[in-house]
Amino acid sequence: MPEGQFKEGIVGGRLAADQYADNFSDLHPPLDHHEALVESDRCYFCYDAPCMNACPTSIDIPLFIRQISTGNPIGSAKTIFDQNILGGMCARVCPTETLCEEVCVREVAEGKPVQIGRLQRYATDVAMSENKQFYPRAEPTGKTVAVVGAGPAGLAAAHRLARHGHDVTILEARPKAGGLNEYGIAAYKSVDNFAQAEVDYVTAIGGIDIQNGKALGRDYQLSDLIRNYDAVFLGMGLGGVNALRADGEDAAGVTNAVEFIAELRQASDLSGLPVGRRVVVIGGGMTAIDAAVQSKLLGAEEVTICYRRGQEHMNASGFEQDLAAANGVTIRHWLQPKRVIAEGGKVSGIELEYTALNGDRLAGTGETLTLVADQVFKAIGQSFVPAALNGSGTSIDLEAGRIKVDAEGRTSLAKVWAGGDCIFGGDDLTVSAVAQGRDAAESIHRSLTQG
Amino acid sequence: MADIRNNFVGIKSPNPFWLASAPPTDKAYNVIRAFKAGWGGVVWKTLGEEGPPVVNVNGPRYGAIWGADRRLLGLNNIELITDRDLQTNLREMKQVKMDWPDRALIASIMVPCEEASWKAILPLVEETGADGIELNFGCPHGMSERGMGAAVGQVPEYIEMVVRWCKQYTRMPVITKLTPNITDIRKPARAAHAGGTDAVSLINTINSITGVDLDSFAPQPTIDGKGSHGGYCGPAVKPIAMNMVAEIARDPETSGLPISGIGGITTWRDAAEFLALGAGNVQVCTAAMTYGFKIVQEMIAGLENWMDEKGHRSLDDVIGRATPNVTDWQYLNLNYVAKAHIDQDACIKCGRCHIACEDTSHQAITNVVNGIRHFEVIEAECVGCNLCVNVCPVDNCITMEPLAAGVMDQRTGKPVSPVYANWTTHPNNPMAKVAAE
Repeated sequence: MPEGQFKEGIVGGRLAADQYADNFSDLHPPLDHHEALVESDRCYFCYDAPCMNACPTSIDIPLFIRQISTGNPIGSAKTIFDQNILGGMCARVCPTETLCEEVCVREVAEGKPVQIGRLQRYATDVAMSENKQFYPRAEPTGKTVAVVGAGPAGLAAAHRLARHGHDVTILEARPKAGGLNEYGIAAYKSVDNFAQAEVDYVTAIGGIDIQNGKALGRDYQLSDLIRNYDAVFLGMGLGGVNALRADGEDAAGVTNAVEFIAELRQASDLSGLPVGRRVVVIGGGMTAIDAAVQSKLLGAEEVTICYRRGQEHMNASGFEQDLAAANGVTIRHWLQPKRVIAEGGKVSGIELEYTALNGDRLAGTGETLTLVADQVFKAIGQSFVPAALNGSGTSIDLEAGRIKVDAEGRTSLAKVWAGGDCIFGGDDLTVSAVAQGRDAAESIHRSLTQG
Repeated sequence: MADIRNNFVGIKSPNPFWLASAPPTDKAYNVIRAFKAGWGGVVWKTLGEEGPPVVNVNGPRYGAIWGADRRLLGLNNIELITDRDLQTNLREMKQVKMDWPDRALIASIMVPCEEASWKAILPLVEETGADGIELNFGCPHGMSERGMGAAVGQVPEYIEMVVRWCKQYTRMPVITKLTPNITDIRKPARAAHAGGTDAVSLINTINSITGVDLDSFAPQPTIDGKGSHGGYCGPAVKPIAMNMVAEIARDPETSGLPISGIGGITTWRDAAEFLALGAGNVQVCTAAMTYGFKIVQEMIAGLENWMDEKGHRSLDDVIGRATPNVTDWQYLNLNYVAKAHIDQDACIKCGRCHIACEDTSHQAITNVVNGIRHFEVIEAECVGCNLCVNVCPVDNCITMEPLAAGVMDQRTGKPVSPVYANWTTHPNNPMAKVAAE
């Protein structure tokens, strides 16, 4: 018998076994062949297309959609992969509603954009299911490049470097490659172990050696890499989670949302994954939504997202907010955490303070609200942990707490490039990390082959 | 309420929508369903001479091309005339006409080009009570290889000869159906007219190959690895058909000869356009084969509503109204100047007008103005070609706006002349009939 939603405390097995599979199935089921043709027919093949300009990796969207419409999904996939070798995952996780699809002229004209993300998935699925490899490696250059982190930035950089004939070693702290694609995205966005399938597809080009369980600062130093390789690419993401700065946040039952999401993604049996009866998620971004929706899907009775600003300030897209609402998550605005209430060391509630904008400054109003909760997730952003870079001789320049890079991804250290969430100026999107990794690889290639 | 009753060469029907001679009219079952759905008349699928009927292929008979969402744009067929016994057809025709006296029932006929053959079949048809006959001189596949169908329609002398026989051996009105597989449609029409036909109907289908199977390298439709050209019809052929109707309607030699318009008619609007160009009624096939007989209900209501809205009381108010406006290029007013205009509120900024004009025409539409994506017409470059209107996905977003007389044409630097002037008088024309000023 399932435990049900009314069982107090943080417990697993709230749902019947088959319910888990239903709840965590594909959020956007793939388009079938006919659906893809119909949808591709809707594309106007715009000149200087707004969608293409909105894509951080500048995929030639009108061209790949036209290739689908003419029965050439393989050519379409190549158009996508030319710009974005992780086009398969981006098709699943990109917030298209705030990127390409937001500016689609069909969106402007009729409020119904061409479903670019789903078409991209259609084409890339065809190519990947056939393991169609488009890019032969160039003649070996004899140059070696170390890549720190096997996330989207690192994989994109590694693939591009391997294409150019360089030998790449990826050093990854976690047991699996993929970064946030493997550990940080809601399960219903990446079903059927897609993240690992994509890692295999990307590394099939050859010349990429992924070494797992190798953490920077613990198992090796940046100075080692600089000494032993011709170039280094840093793509280690964000290691820290911002604190609530609320009293009592170390009580049992207060968890980082990213850890919950990672645990969920790695769980072989979701029924074994415990979740509270009443869950409060603090934050307003995609991570908050992912944690809240998945809590609900695991069988929590009440899930409330509390965000300290207004709906219009949330980093989560409108689509994501609707997704949460449709799954029964309550989103409350203008509330900031004040005190975690614990009984016997375990969370029993959270006291929140109402907030208001005083000019540009957000301030508590003094009025408070208490929500009963047996689980609290912190999803108020992640931070870069530079400590691992220390002990490397000259320290690397940071900006606003992240690695400072120039337009090509060069850091302040010679031979060292960086990209993805760990650099300053990014937008914490998979697709942007891919673009930065790819472009840094081109810069590295130019540097290694010139003079 | 507009009166859409039709009187075509004395054949009366409650509306001008007939089903063309084709698979939908092959037997009583289909025809009765059509009449129940509201069709004004049918041209029964073509009868052949007595004896063993023709046989059809048993593989695919149709090929097609499609637009977005597999919307059928053009259909091609290699089906022959009726493959049912003549007597069966005649018996069913007689019964149907008896049961549906207010509907038009026309017999389409195709027999060898010999007087005896026509003389033999006409009384049999007349005996059914059919309202008229249509001579199938159009079928472009199969039967033409046997000296019938389009093989007759491509030789004006044969047309005239057969029409004479028919006028001689029957009192039924004779409609001569023409093939478009000919360079000048006026020639067969004139021949039919000379033979005494009561009307012409057109177009029959156009020789076509709809596709090639790129695995077997065989044309489609493919029958055991081979294909043969078929007859093309459906929305894609409408412009060709309308031109041919207009050519006959405005030809002084055939002026006033009743025309039954055929070719891609799918909506009431298509029908109204054929009527305006001079057709006395219309025949439909592909639309019914695509959507079923119910489609006539949209045609009837749409035609009535349009006529009511415009104050046209009967079909005679509409028929031929556009014919005088069809002219030769040389008579078009070269002093008329129009410029494209883009409605910025309607524009969705797809940029197709720009790239069409920039790549393939006159570089007369911007794409960026003051650093912003913006599409507007550069009047000094616009020749008024209308390409942008045609490629714009938004209806009525780009329009062609005529310049009033006296207004400066920024392209030529001259004011628009109020005087009508065509090529026949133009100074650049070495054959100008009137000396330039």
